[in-house]
Amino acid sequence: MPFEPVILFFVLGLVAGIVRSDLKLPGVVYEALSIFLLLAIGLKGGVELSRHNVADLALPALVIVAVALLIPLAAFPVLQRLGRLPRADAASIAAHYGSVSVVTFAVASSYLASRGEPAEGYMVVFLALLELPALVMGVALARRGAADTRWGKLFHEVLAGKSIVLLGGGLLIGWLAGPEGIQPLDRVFFDLFKGMLAFFLLEMGLVVAGRLADLRRAGVFLAVFAVLMPLAGGLLGVLTANLLDFSVGGAMLLATLYASASYIAAPAAMRIAVPEANPALSIGASLGITFPFNLLVGVPTYHWLASHLAGVI
Amino acid sequence: MNLPLSLRRLLTIICEASLEPELVRELARLGARGYTITEARGQGAHGLRDGAWGASANIRVEVLCDELTAEAIVDTLHAGYSANYGMVMFVTDVAVLRPDKFRGAPG
Repeated sequence: MPFEPVILFFVLGLVAGIVRSDLKLPGVVYEALSIFLLLAIGLKGGVELSRHNVADLALPALVIVAVALLIPLAAFPVLQRLGRLPRADAASIAAHYGSVSVVTFAVASSYLASRGEPAEGYMVVFLALLELPALVMGVALARRGAADTRWGKLFHEVLAGKSIVLLGGGLLIGWLAGPEGIQPLDRVFFDLFKGMLAFFLLEMGLVVAGRLADLRRAGVFLAVFAVLMPLAGGLLGVLTANLLDFSVGGAMLLATLYASASYIAAPAAMRIAVPEANPALSIGASLGITFPFNLLVGVPTYHWLASHLAGVI
Repeated sequence: MNLPLSLRRLLTIICEASLEPELVRELARLGARGYTITEARGQGAHGLRDGAWGASANIRVEVLCDELTAEAIVDTLHAGYSANYGMVMFVTDVAVLRPDKFRGAPG
């Protein structure tokens, strides 16, 4: 199968939503699943991290974050000039695309695992690092130095938000405990992971189906942007990974990080920091188009790119 | 019913769940003695708010208070949030048993 079977659950949820099935996962289940996934992904990365010297990651982390900031910087003028979107909307959408989607990353990881393709396990560190910078950039673009920017609220919203707390906390626990220390928890966090991911994707399918009305409002320009932007990000990710001598699997994961658009942390942060931006546009694009595109087409494409462009830099 | 009842205002705010932390801070600042928040779903100017995930979740905030406090809250929230957030507010008269609990802040 050219794609990861777990995404069939996403398709099922999408179809159920479109045919207006009475299937509905309660909000608390969505919350519980996302808490589990974030913690499990963090733990897994932390365990891998404990096998490496953390100081060796400082330089690649710096390069990866710096290059990632090119994404919102490039997206913003495209959205504002070509898309003729208001400044706040262009900045908010740019922030969504610069930030990352944890679930897309999880699907890409299981795609690699099911193909036996190894990857640097500490990629999760970059996942955690990439969430915030693009959001700060997006707010800066929206505000352009305006004095009333609520930076404190933004930083609190993101840094104390559940995704950073759980990913960062999981990383730390995994790193401190090491493989042996975490082993008693393996069954809960690692063996059950794929099943939980399947449930979460089912729910995401339902959520996306519910946003299809927003998609019509977003218009053709944003739809095209939502497909081309991740491809450009993916290419940037593969090239950056080559520069840093990552494996093919690592390059594919970095491509997925650069290609993915946030739909959990970014909407919440932009709602607080750039309230005049219309969330229907940014969520319609990032969740309605880019997320399914990455699951179905993007992830295999980034793998193909990573394999074919290995060693070009 | 033999116990004496007094008139107070019941202010109901239905808005995006993402506003909750700020709203709670404003309520305390404007003199509300307490509030009740419930999760809410529905449809309105901002489309279907089904509460399936954070970005489509609504809350319903109820505040029992005196008239002045209700007016202060309505004015402040309307000025600060109505333009950019999904928000509906309405005020009704209610009869309460212990009116002292629902006065404005002292002073």
